[in-house]
Amino acid sequence: MLKRAKALFLGLMTSVISLPLSGTLGAEEATWNLNMPRGVTEVSQAAYDIHMIMMWICTVIGVLVFGFMFYVMFAHRKSRGVKAANFHENLTVEILWTIVPALILIVMAVPATTALLKVYDTENPDIDIKVTGYQWKWQYEYIGEDIKFMSELRTSQDEQYGREPKGEHYLREVTQPLVIPTNKKVRFLITGNDVIHSWWVPDFAVKRDAIPGLFTAAWAKTDQPGTYVGACTELCGKDHSRMPVVVEVKEEADYEAWLAGKKEEAVLYKSTIGKQWTNQELMAKGEAVYSVSCAGCHQSEGQGIAGIFPSLIGSSIVTGPVEGHIGILINGVAGSAMQSFADQLSEVDLAAVIHYKRNSWGNDMDDIVQPLDILNYKQSQ
Amino acid sequence: MAHGPSQNFFSRWLFSTNHKDIGTLYLWFSFAMFLLGGAFAMIIRAELFQPGMQLIQPEFFNQMTTMHGLVMVFGAIMPAFVGLANWMIPMMIGAPDMALPRMNNLSFWILPFAFAILVATLFMEGGGPNFGWTFYAPLSTTYAPDTVNYFIFGVHIMGASSIMGSINIIATVMNMRAPGMTYMKMPLFVWTWVITAFLLVAVMPVLAGAVTMMLMDINFGTSFFDAAGGGDPVLFQHVFWFFGHPEVYIIILPAFGVVSQIIPTFSRKPLFGYSSMVYATASIAFLSFIVWAHHMFTVGMPIAGELYFMYATMLIAVPTGVKVFNWVTTMYKGALTFETPMLFSIAFVILFTFGGFTGMMLSIAAADTQYHDTYFVVAHFHYVMVAGAVFSGTAAVYYWLPKWCGKMYDETMGKLQFWIAFIAFNITFMPQHFLGLAGMPRRYSDYGLQFADWNMVSSIGAFMYGGAQLLFLFNVIRTIGWGKPIDDPKVWEGAEGLEWTLPTPAPFHTFSTPPIVK
Ligand code: HEC
Ligand code: HEM
Ligand SMILES: [Cu+2]
Ligand SMILES: [Cu+2]
Repeated sequence: MLKRAKALFLGLMTSVISLPLSGTLGAEEATWNLNMPRGVTEVSQAAYDIHMIMMWICTVIGVLVFGFMFYVMFAHRKSRGVKAANFHENLTVEILWTIVPALILIVMAVPATTALLKVYDTENPDIDIKVTGYQWKWQYEYIGEDIKFMSELRTSQDEQYGREPKGEHYLREVTQPLVIPTNKKVRFLITGNDVIHSWWVPDFAVKRDAIPGLFTAAWAKTDQPGTYVGACTELCGKDHSRMPVVVEVKEEADYEAWLAGKKEEAVLYKSTIGKQWTNQELMAKGEAVYSVSCAGCHQSEGQGIAGIFPSLIGSSIVTGPVEGHIGILINGVAGSAMQSFADQLSEVDLAAVIHYKRNSWGNDMDDIVQPLDILNYKQSQ
Repeated sequence: MAHGPSQNFFSRWLFSTNHKDIGTLYLWFSFAMFLLGGAFAMIIRAELFQPGMQLIQPEFFNQMTTMHGLVMVFGAIMPAFVGLANWMIPMMIGAPDMALPRMNNLSFWILPFAFAILVATLFMEGGGPNFGWTFYAPLSTTYAPDTVNYFIFGVHIMGASSIMGSINIIATVMNMRAPGMTYMKMPLFVWTWVITAFLLVAVMPVLAGAVTMMLMDINFGTSFFDAAGGGDPVLFQHVFWFFGHPEVYIIILPAFGVVSQIIPTFSRKPLFGYSSMVYATASIAFLSFIVWAHHMFTVGMPIAGELYFMYATMLIAVPTGVKVFNWVTTMYKGALTFETPMLFSIAFVILFTFGGFTGMMLSIAAADTQYHDTYFVVAHFHYVMVAGAVFSGTAAVYYWLPKWCGKMYDETMGKLQFWIAFIAFNITFMPQHFLGLAGMPRRYSDYGLQFADWNMVSSIGAFMYGGAQLLFLFNVIRTIGWGKPIDDPKVWEGAEGLEWTLPTPAPFHTFSTPPIVK
């Protein structure tokens, strides 16, 4: 505790001293960050520049106004024996202090407008990616490429609840990051599936709300490969802080290789649907799927949260006929937080998680659910 | 003729139609709400002291942020200023009471019920409102806990209370000014309150409309805000902020009024530009109606809309600047003393201006893309609402308390409270600017390790700030009970205005015959 307090104090001092020197601090002081990152796109740099211009204008005005005020507080105090003057109203002064700020505003409006035009320059992209916000994860779909996947938090509950030490990337790591190439104009088409979310990558200065029934657009183009972490910025329910955005920017060649790998994976996957899975295989896979996709609401032991998320233990749907159970996962429950998983999970994952739930926490159905059952259900709809 | 207050405790306070007693009720109620909202804030800051979930669950965290916002805005700040208006407006314009005393009683007494309903939801199945004080649909409709219906009912009652309070203020000021008290002679506190009352009458029905549409969507199958049924979630935000932006000025305008009374008193010099202050207040009120979508720069408006709302928002800086320059020039060449009300007022000017600067930065849409919904915004509105409204409310209580109860508060304790509050406030909220710029979104129950240090600093500041409020409570109770009696009608050497011509303590009935104002 004491050590931490000392580090805190030292950090404070160094960061205050280094504030005017640089916007982006070294990795060492990163936790004492004071300023907005400059980012790696034209838009983020424009945002940073206008932010700095505004900050300096405000600083100058502040120094003048507060400086004058402190002088008055020092010089015109009664304890120094001054007598109060009795003047008031002076038209010239009053007109001046209306006109001058107005002029400053007009001058500021110019860079503010140019920066905004950049934000809105979403025409003619090289790549289109659809971003969909779900409670509490993101789905990325590469339009025209037949690639679509979910990106979910990877940090474990144990880390979050202090049962395990927190990793370096605590709450900033996902199952699968979004991957984009350098030097290509990527347009993000952003929407929401349930409530409103907001997709933010600070280093791109991309922040657009993910609104159900609506698309918002943003774009990024950068020449700097790397991993950029962002967040959901619109309150979207209990795990609002647990749906980070991670974007990996790869050199073009690496990106092409990644794309090819993804497509191969899809082909490989198709061949596993037809296979007969064993109980053990399904249980192992099901547990993994459950902890990522369902435990957030229905809790790790299936017990749910009274009044909000139903318990799955002994539930009439979970322990009822398989069709009903598959149905609720494929269609969701309209008007509730129970969303449709048809688009989010593969047939294999669905079969596994259903099988797992039917045979865990005291539920004990001795049937087996196969990926083919899911496929058949989908086709019969 | 003039008779005193009823000797029976219940009939005095429950059935009161006396503006002073009702003012007192409002003030105590708002202070109770301030402590309750503060307790919620302490829970939030305790959870955010370190990364990881330590004390509460994320669902409860969201209920705490929501209830904190609702209780502070509707329960603490707004009723506090209505309380001050009740006490001071009749005394400032030479009226015997408010124009509609029975309605005055009603508008206060429905408030505790509204908040009882709201707070009770915390103990119901599914928990209290958890969708933020801005309650964006569909999180607050389709995805809300069932208790949202109680929330809607509570908001309706608060709205009715505010509308009645405002009508009363407008009626009083229009009809009950003493002979010779022309509009342009009214003290600024009265002016800012009349303008605020008009804002309230205009926008409270809009809020009522928003929650009614929610109610329909939830219970009667309409789809105002449900995209699946052809509705539009963004419509909700337009309606909400059409109420919400004027609302922030409803909160700050009376605070401007208070400070405009106090600074001249302790500068021993009249307000520099009385009429320009009145015009600036009116222009701010007008502008507040046409800038609402600056809270929605990220919803994907067409660029023309975005540019318009950006320019319009930037304009607000002009009348706001006029106010700040006026306060500073009033102090210039005065004979300043620094009693507790003056300290809080000076801190108000400095910190509010600081919040105005960050407001200017937020108005730049391209930069707001980065700031929006981060701790930077949280810092901004706490500089204007806490250092603005709460500091000026505290200043007002210290300034008028001796007049109200005829006893002097303890100056040393007042100053001590000021310095703790001032320092703690900045320790709490200054780092939140850095957190926001570094990328921490608001309404987060947990955060990455890179935000740990500033969050810890902020939490420490918050606990100190909370402590300072207990000192305030203690000082006020001590004054009322055991303060040094005074009987100088002026109380403060430099005080000007009708309220200071009355005896100290102010009798139960004042200005039964109107004074003549030259
Ligand atoms: C966002 C929160 C959320 C997530 C994630 C979620 N559920 Fe649900 N689930 C609910 C809610 C809420 C209901 C109740 C719906 C209703 O009937 O109103 C529900 C109902 C159910 C039911 C019916 C239970 C009953 O007895 O009524 C089953 C089965 C179910 N969910 C399975 C799953 C599975 C499997 C997953 C993971 C793939 C999952 N849920 C993920 C919120 C969630
Ligand atoms: C110079 C004057 C001001 C300007 C230019 C200004 C500008 C802004 C802008 C642009 C936002 C939106 C930020 C975002 O969400 O991205 C904002 C938020 C906010 N402002 Fe101000 N503001 C000013 C003064 C005030 C005052 C006087 C108050 C209240 C007393 C206030 C209270 C708020 C609140 C409560 C929010 C946050 C609302 C929310 O999202 O919950 N502001 N301000
Ligand atoms: Cu979110
Ligand atoms: Cu606003």
